[in-house]
Parts: sequence; structure tokens; C-alpha cells
Amino acid sequence: MAKEMIKGNVAVAEAAVRAGLVSYFGYPITPQTELLEYLSARMPELGRAFVQAESELGAINMVYGAACTGLRTMSSSSSPGVSLMTEGISYIYGTEVPAVLVDVMRGGPGLGNIAPSQADYTQIVHGGGHGEYHLIVLAPSSVQEAIDLTGEAFDLAEKYRTLAVILMDGFLGQMMEPCELPPFKEVNMESPDYAVAPKPGRERRFLTSINIDPPAQEKLNIHQMTKWEEITKNEVRYKGYYLEDAEYVVVGFGTCGRIALTAVREAREQGIKVGLLRPVSLSPYPTEVLNELADRAKGFLVVEMNNGQMLDDVVSIVARRAPVHFYGRMGGMVPYPDEIGRAINDMIEAKAANDYVGRDDWLAQMREMIGQGA
Amino acid sequence: MTDTDVKLVYDRPVGLAPRTTHYCPGCTHGVAHRLIAEVLEEMGELRNTIGVAPVGCAVFAYNYFDFDFVEAAHGRAPAMATGIKRTLPDRLVFTYQGDGDLASMGMGETVAAAARGEQITIFFLNNTNYGMTGGQMAPTTLPGQRTSSSPLGRDVETQGYPIRTAEMLSTLDGASYVVRRSLGDARGIRNAKKAIRTAFEIQKAGLGFSMVEMLSICPTNWGLSTPKSREWLKEHMLPYYPVGDFKVSEEAERIMKEVK
Repeated sequence: MAKEMIKGNVAVAEAAVRAGLVSYFGYPITPQTELLEYLSARMPELGRAFVQAESELGAINMVYGAACTGLRTMSSSSSPGVSLMTEGISYIYGTEVPAVLVDVMRGGPGLGNIAPSQADYTQIVHGGGHGEYHLIVLAPSSVQEAIDLTGEAFDLAEKYRTLAVILMDGFLGQMMEPCELPPFKEVNMESPDYAVAPKPGRERRFLTSINIDPPAQEKLNIHQMTKWEEITKNEVRYKGYYLEDAEYVVVGFGTCGRIALTAVREAREQGIKVGLLRPVSLSPYPTEVLNELADRAKGFLVVEMNNGQMLDDVVSIVARRAPVHFYGRMGGMVPYPDEIGRAINDMIEAKAANDYVGRDDWLAQMREMIGQGA
Repeated sequence: MTDTDVKLVYDRPVGLAPRTTHYCPGCTHGVAHRLIAEVLEEMGELRNTIGVAPVGCAVFAYNYFDFDFVEAAHGRAPAMATGIKRTLPDRLVFTYQGDGDLASMGMGETVAAAARGEQITIFFLNNTNYGMTGGQMAPTTLPGQRTSSSPLGRDVETQGYPIRTAEMLSTLDGASYVVRRSLGDARGIRNAKKAIRTAFEIQKAGLGFSMVEMLSICPTNWGLSTPKSREWLKEHMLPYYPVGDFKVSEEAERIMKEVK
């Protein structure tokens, strides 16, 4: 199939359609809205379900209902909308039904703005809702990768009966890139064994997230942790660039990982032995490869479009075997490759401070750059 | 001992599981459960129906209804039912909600579902208080009514006025059948059953949103005996929440007349 120029939001929507999406429920919010708009025409055209819900609360609970039938369902939103959805996310996880959520992150907190951001890493990767749960979180760095991961997200959600999130940012949602869409998958309308889809002669089923008996709830928690162990073992995804002989390692995901790759390439041209680790599955995290790198790298630089949320994960895995530096932009600002290039140079110059981990240097530098006193 | 002819005149409907109830003595949830189960059995729809349970006293409704069920987040049952119905449009889908779940937490989801003309049925149990959490003030609590969170009686100056849900939803074009019945006496119960049947028939015919509000008693939290609770319902609830048909669309009217 020939490559086409497609906007990220639209590409993910069409990829979901081709993955056999049966129902979509959403609410307009920038910078995700094109996804909903596209499906508002596309789904009815194919005789599939589409509802523009009254709120993100409504949308995620519609997804919850649809997920209880075990048939492919999804929603999409952006940061403030996803905050509203955290209730339903917790219930979907608790009930162990499959669904896909696309989060096109924007600047925050509060209403923030509509510019690209990665400020919801912690919210999506480390919780957000109540109770204990782990979502599968996939972070593309190009429109093509977003298309590919959309199909995978549905497969993973079904395989493990859980919620899989495509964590993008406004940049990826709004950007047009040449890409190739996958072929159409046949729509499966046959509900799995655990799902509610009554028919004559079949035993009744019920799905719930309530376990009023604490020992029963704990048993379920253990079951869910065991499942997570399995996911962690099988479903780690990452991309490594120039890591074979790397003395220094940049770690970045999504849009920021992609920008970092340009900076890493430029540094390589100057003879600096630097590589890039780009986690694709943020949850489960590529812990093993980072752990191996920590045994031999002289330093790490984490780059993010937030205040260093993934940084905390990298710091805990590296465990003071090497300094871990940070460079980030916040509030919907996107770093240029030369900013990351400077941060790579700073990391190399600061290598004497071998026990350095954290964001202090970066914050001081940001204050100076933006012109704000402490 | 002499042999006598025994004729079974009253039994558990097959739509209800043989389980011990957790509802309080005198509570009308059991009556409403039974009516729904009877109607679905009579319609032959037990294996074609999905119920959505609320958060509240009926949170465990799926333990009693012996057909497919899901359990929603507080107030979100109409949204969850929407997701199910849009995915499996040939099944009957209903929610079963109390007044805290529906008229407080889930009013947004309820109004939106009715406005969309969602092809679902809501059974709304109004007992003027939060039963499960121990009898706090609900949106349906009557002016002056004492509850555990309005100990001096609901003061409308500071705590606002009760919501007449059926009347409010009746203003929406998407609503096809919106009625209120009372479970306070035998006649009311018979009429409630007829309304439940009508609502399901309307859904089956694809005529839009339907809701049956059922006035219910809560002897435990009202602090009254069951007979006194029934009297209290008649005396205090019926004047504020009159029984009636608040919205019956033209097509729904045809079905209503057919239901005996």
C-alpha cells in the first residue's frame, strides 16, 4: 500500500477501525478532537457504534459497558479529560475487561493549554485512579508508530483482559506524516466466555469490581499482580539507537525521544559516544536493558516534556551506578535538538560529580533561561 | 394425615436466584426485583437481557437476578448501559438505580441518556434517602424530613429542594415513556408491574428511552415499622411525588394500551 500523508489523530482513528473497533465513545477536547470527529463519520458509515458522550465520565463508563461485552471498544481524550476518566479506568481494570484509551497529552496542570506535553506520565504510568493497578502504556514517537501500536494495543488489551493506553502528545496528534495504514481486520462480534452477551441456553454471567470480602479482594489483587508479572515478562518494547558502544545514554520517550535522536546523531558526528534508549512501552518499563546499560555507561541524560517524571524511574533503576542528569521543558514547550545537544555536553563536562542524580542543575538553568528568580 | 390437593399459587420466579436477601426487613427492593424478574420471564427475555446494578443498597442486585448483569460505578449506570446497548442492540438493557445513584451522582448520565433517546430502560427506586450508607439526605429527601445528615429536618433555605426526576425527564424529546408508580400498596405494585412490562416492550420496539420511578419504603433508615412506613409513603411522598404518566409518546401509547 502506498504511503499517505495523515494527521496523527486521524491515523490512530483509522488504525483502530482497521483493527476491528466495534464501538467508540468520546468527548471533544483539544488536541485530540480530530480523532472523535473522524470516527463520528467513519463508524456509522461501517455500521459500527459511535456516541459523543455528555462528558469524559460518560464516555469512559460507556467504554466500561462495551468492554463488558468483550468486543473491541475505545475512547480518546487529552489530559483534563483523562483526569475525569480515571474513575472508569480503575473500574475497568478492577473488572478485568479489555479496552483501549488514547491520551493526547497537553500542558497543565489545571486547564493548562493545548500545546504538546508529557506531563501525565506519572498519572498514566503510576496510577491516577484509586486502588492499585497497572495499565499497559505504549508511547509512539511517529504517526507510523502510533498506527502500529494502536493495533497492538487492542491485541494486548484482549490478551490480558486489561486497559491499554496509547500515550501521545499534542505534537503527534496534530502532525501530518507519510505513513502506511494496515489492512482491514475482520470485525469480531463473538463475545468471549467471560463477557456479558446473553443468549438462550447459555449460563448467566456477571461482571463486577466489588469484592466486599477483604480476603477475596486480596486474592484478586494477587491474581492481578501475577498477571502484571506476566505482562512485564512478555510485553516490554523499546528502541535502542547507537547503544552498542555508548559511553553516555540519553533516555527519552515519544516526541521527546524523537527529538533527542536528532541531538544524539549530531553528537555522534562530533565523535561523542552517546546512544539513545527510547522506551516504547512505558508500562511495563524496559527495566532490564536500562539495568544493563547502567553497568557500563558513564552517565545518563533523561529528556522529557515535563519536570522529570520518568526521571524518577530511571534514577531508581540506575541506582547510583552512574550520574543521571535531566533536561526537560514544561507547560507545552517542546525542546529543540540543540537544547538537548547542550544538555549532552553538560552531562559529559559534569562527569566528575559521579554521584549526581536529579533535576537541581536543570531547574537552576531553567530559572536563569526563563528569567525567574528562585 | 390426609391427602389434600396442593396447588402452588406463589413461587420464586425463575429470573431470581435462590439466595438469602441482604435487604432489610420490609424493604421494597425485593418487590421491585420480583416484578422485573416476573416480567422478563413472561416476555421470554431472561436470556436476552443485561442488567446494570448501581452503587447503593442494590449494589449486589446481580446476586439475586439470575441473568446477565454488570455492576456500575456510582451514578454511571446509564452510561454503562449505553455502552452495552450500542454494542449489542438486540439485547434488552436496563439499569436499576436508587435516588442517590441516579438523582445525585448520576443525574448527568441520566439526563444525557434520556435526551439521546437511548434505547434503555431505567428502574428508579425513590425512598427519599441514601439507604446503604445509613440514611443520609438524598436529592429526593422531602422538605423538613429528618435524615442522618439533615438531623433538624431538610431546610430548603440551605439544603435546597427535592428533585422530581420523572417530571424533569418528561420534558426531553428523547424520552418515550416516563412514569411514576408506588410500591406502597398492592394496587400500586400491580400498576408498577404493568409499567415495567410497558417499558420493556417499548425498548423492544426500539421506541426510545423509558424510565419507571418507583416510590419505595426504607423502614430501617426511616425508623418506622413496615406498616407505618407504608403510611408515611402515602402521607408524605405521594403528595410531593404523585403517581402518574409524565411522558408517553404516541408510539408508546399504542404499546401501553396493549399491555394488560
